[in-house]
Amino acid sequence: MFPFIFEWAWDISHLVFMGALWYALSIIGAGLTYCIIKSLYDTATQEGGDNAHH
Amino acid sequence: MTTPAIPEGVKRCSTRKFAIWLAVVGAVLLWGVYAMFLVWYKGLNQTGMNDAYGFALWIWADLAVIALGGGAFFSGFLTYIIGKKELKNVINYAVIIGFICYSSALLILALDIGQPLRGWFIFWHANVHSMLTEVAFCLSCYFGVLTIEFIPVVLENPKLDRIPFLHHLSHNLHEVMAVFAATGVFLSFFHQGSLGGVAGVLYGRPFAFREGLLIWPWTFFLFTWSAAAVGPCFTVMVTWLTEKVTRKKLVKQEIFQLLGKISGWMLLTYMIAKIADTLYWAVVTAPSKGFALMDFYSNNPVYGIWILIAELVVCGLVPAFILISRKGRENNTMLITAMILAVIGVCINRWVMVLQVMAAPLLPFQEWYMYMPTWQEVATTILPVAYGIILISLAHRYLPVFPQEKELNPGN
Repeated sequence: MFPFIFEWAWDISHLVFMGALWYALSIIGAGLTYCIIKSLYDTATQEGGDNAHH
Repeated sequence: MTTPAIPEGVKRCSTRKFAIWLAVVGAVLLWGVYAMFLVWYKGLNQTGMNDAYGFALWIWADLAVIALGGGAFFSGFLTYIIGKKELKNVINYAVIIGFICYSSALLILALDIGQPLRGWFIFWHANVHSMLTEVAFCLSCYFGVLTIEFIPVVLENPKLDRIPFLHHLSHNLHEVMAVFAATGVFLSFFHQGSLGGVAGVLYGRPFAFREGLLIWPWTFFLFTWSAAAVGPCFTVMVTWLTEKVTRKKLVKQEIFQLLGKISGWMLLTYMIAKIADTLYWAVVTAPSKGFALMDFYSNNPVYGIWILIAELVVCGLVPAFILISRKGRENNTMLITAMILAVIGVCINRWVMVLQVMAAPLLPFQEWYMYMPTWQEVATTILPVAYGIILISLAHRYLPVFPQEKELNPGN
């Protein structure tokens, strides 16, 4: 799974197989991170606005 | 009754009635959980499997629920990528059904590997030449995607929606859902296919072995295609069952018909490919290994030629022709019957590709090996059904799963 695990080999099979896995995981991770950060930002700015309003 | 936790504008049964319902299904669930702990505590000797029969009822259940859960990825593909906006009225339910199917598949795998504490080995010490490794990776990642798709539905619960962060999170997840849906399609294509590929590459098992394209046997493509064809049928079937149990109309008939039409054409093209594959296998592939077609369908008490006819004709071509005809789709009984047949057909396909493969003799002096599951295997296979019913009951009660419910049931 990682290059530091003993059975890892720098061959095309590992690069394609693991590359696809990490590509998919990166998209999922980036999407989720974006949503969480954007939600925190939206919550903070909306609360700020509400407080300012009050 | 209505409470703050129940979506606005819809009525649900009393808490007492709901608790009794949960208790009945929960009893079945507990039976399965007891069997599950027996398997984990005492080991795989609790099953009817042995060295000759390593793939059995659990793997069939696994393959079947994964195929039926294909409604989530294919509905997501149609909704978010192709742009069939009307399917938004059923996509929440498709995601919930997919979530149940995939979590059930992972639970069954946790039982089947014998030592779940070593389950992480398949990821950490990955064999990159194994189709099952690809299945494990894609299955786990896709379950993650389904969970992400399920979260906004949960967050739409009226009580949770009042919390500002959760409200925004739900909104933002909806905004980028197409990205997750596309990732889900990519992952599903490969794990559905690789499950078929596992059977197709078994060159020592002529009943399963198929030729193919590059490293992928034809079964790779047939499994993906059949899951995409039948997954939406299962979604409609479960929605229809939910309507019967709740005695409410939850989704407009046009949505059922649209999914029926898409499934019908997918099923018909799949059946053409499947019949061509079967013919080539019967005439060329199997004889090249020293087998005639009827060797696989005779001299045993269960697997006659009837199973092939049931899969290809009764539960394949018949529902396909019903679903592609406008008259068939407009008649609700015909529509639902066709969808049930299609679901049975894909289950038969997965059954023969797992159990008949193991049962068929390989050498002239061998007999058919007939396997009988133990009650522990049966109980743990029924367990996901009980779990699914409970999750669906909770989702229907507390989440706004069906956007059209209020409009379709104005009296409630």
